[in-house]
Amino acid sequence: MVTYKDTVDWYLSAFEGFENGLNGQTGSELHRVRRRAIERFVEIGFPTTREEEWRFTNVAPIAEQQFTPVLTLSDDSIGHSVIEPFTLAGLKCVRLVFINGHFSKRLSSLSAAPKGLKVGSLAGAIRTDPDLIGRHLAHYADYTDNAFAALNTAFMLDGAFVYVRGGKDVELPIHLIFISSDHDNRFVSHPRNLVIAEESARVSIVESYVGLAANEYLTNAVTEIVLGEKAVVEHDQLQIEGPSGYHIGTLHVVQQRKSIFTSNSISLGGALVRNNVKTVLAAEDSECTLNGLSLATSEQLIDNHTTIDHTKPGCRSHELYKAVLDGKSRGVFNGRIYVRKGAQKTDAKQTNKTLLLSPDATMDSKPQLEIFADDVKCTHGAAIGQLDEEQVFYLRSRGLGEDEARDILTYAFASDIINRIHVEALRKELDRVLLKRLQEGRLKARE
Amino acid sequence: MLKIINLHAGINGTNILNGVNLNVRAGEVHAIMGPNGSGKSTLAQVLAGRETYEVTEGKALYEGQDLLSMDPEDRAREGIFLAFQYPIEIPGVSNTYFLKAALNAIRKHKGLEPLDAVEFLALVKEKMKVLQIDQSLLNRPVNEGFSGGEKKRNEIFQMAVLDPKLALLDETDSGLDIDALRIVADGVNRLRSKENAIVVVTHYQRLLNYIVPDYVHVLIDGRIAKSGGKELALELEDRGYDWVAEEAQKVQTPV
Repeated sequence: MVTYKDTVDWYLSAFEGFENGLNGQTGSELHRVRRRAIERFVEIGFPTTREEEWRFTNVAPIAEQQFTPVLTLSDDSIGHSVIEPFTLAGLKCVRLVFINGHFSKRLSSLSAAPKGLKVGSLAGAIRTDPDLIGRHLAHYADYTDNAFAALNTAFMLDGAFVYVRGGKDVELPIHLIFISSDHDNRFVSHPRNLVIAEESARVSIVESYVGLAANEYLTNAVTEIVLGEKAVVEHDQLQIEGPSGYHIGTLHVVQQRKSIFTSNSISLGGALVRNNVKTVLAAEDSECTLNGLSLATSEQLIDNHTTIDHTKPGCRSHELYKAVLDGKSRGVFNGRIYVRKGAQKTDAKQTNKTLLLSPDATMDSKPQLEIFADDVKCTHGAAIGQLDEEQVFYLRSRGLGEDEARDILTYAFASDIINRIHVEALRKELDRVLLKRLQEGRLKARE
Repeated sequence: MLKIINLHAGINGTNILNGVNLNVRAGEVHAIMGPNGSGKSTLAQVLAGRETYEVTEGKALYEGQDLLSMDPEDRAREGIFLAFQYPIEIPGVSNTYFLKAALNAIRKHKGLEPLDAVEFLALVKEKMKVLQIDQSLLNRPVNEGFSGGEKKRNEIFQMAVLDPKLALLDETDSGLDIDALRIVADGVNRLRSKENAIVVVTHYQRLLNYIVPDYVHVLIDGRIAKSGGKELALELEDRGYDWVAEEAQKVQTPV
């Protein structure tokens, strides 16, 4: 029987092996950051369901197995035709492709990158932009209580680096495609992404996590996004890990004055998925919108934990997370809104809606509002239910079959989120996937 | 076309229809009137297939078929249309999408080819004008944010597009002002033909000035207590419903 402690020890010795292979880089500040992270990881270990933050999500499938960190790029077996289906119907963009967490120049396409935009592999940026890296990398994603973020920080090697110069409006979206492909052993990839948008910069980032591997694997990703004053960033994440894939994602955003951040998180795959999203409204008059959609079936578990931290006055946050659960799947939502003392005139709205399509699907939803200012507007609401039978009858009374009527209503429920995405190619792809799932009966309403 | 024989129906153990008998032939317009709670709406909804009502006795034959054993969508595909008293809002589903899907489902049942977006728009354009439905309304979600009058006009618009054989109008006039009433009635009248039939459920006589019925039936306590021509509606407006109930009682309790 492999215990959580056994696995922690395994990662510690894997780290030592990793260190030995670093050839003289171990003296760098970056490596000191890694060492501190592995120490913290060993200290706190994997979370158990006795911890409040993990009450509904048992990580045993991850913590009782030894996943080997992938430390190099191996993309020989991956041709362009393999990537093509995930490029969003030839979306015009700047495209970075990663195989098991490592940047593949051959499969990427950076030629459309305009002036004022630095984009490429994190490993490359560590060499070419040490100043920017030193000022920002690992400064935001706090891993004190997040074992997975600590583990990622310990093994961070590569991922995406995006830097937008002040005032620059990057019109083409930046598409980051993270492919998990078959590997010899059970593996874990640690994509580490850093996005810096300086004052008044504008950029759209799309992260796609695609699981091609049929066996069990773990994607443990961390993305840090910094918005300068008046910067505008749209971040869309599409997660389609394999049926035996595990995905733990941490997104940490820090916003300066008058900045606007929008995140659309779509979770479609994976056996066990946990998304941690944290946005810190660090200065006045900034705004963030977090939207999420989870479609789960069979025995999938998709857990979305969000935190919005209103640290300063006059900020606005808006949150809408929806889930459609079929089969024996489980959904978890925990929406924490923290309004600090002095964060007056905060305007925060949180809504969580779940559609249950089968009697065995379950949803655990919890709003968590911690409010320490007294002149604020904070509302939250959650609804978990089945399709409205009046609506079903209305459609049937016009000649639509019962199955078709239920599918249309399920589609309408989910497309509410899909329609909020600004990148048209992504919207169209999600639409197609949703319709396909309905047609295949993978999301069928059952009485 | 429609033959209702001794129909009994209720909800949650309460009887509402207590032996309704009705005969509707093609080309006819029948009005069903009656006081509140008489079962008028229930009758229309039971005929459309609303599953919340339980049929406890009786039969309904539509074109010779056993109507009550048919699914709601099959009744619609066979040409039955219910204009709801309280049309349902469906956020996230546009009027166009909904109506086109419905029309094509019915066409498929009839062995006809489905219409594509262009053909569909061409078909509905003219009907939109008649019912004064704005093009922008087409793209909005079904009935969402519609005023009462707009919802009722939308019901008749759907009726015009789906071209039913038997239309059941459930208190289509409730909540409408005179102008909206005229538009709706005009829309309905344009659809009258020798091949179809209309059953108008209404509380007030006013609608029947515009949609002139061939027969008027008075429903009291779940039973048709009296039938007559269109003059009966005027008499009801004059004298109310009580006298009909009394007359019916006299018949039942022989002296």
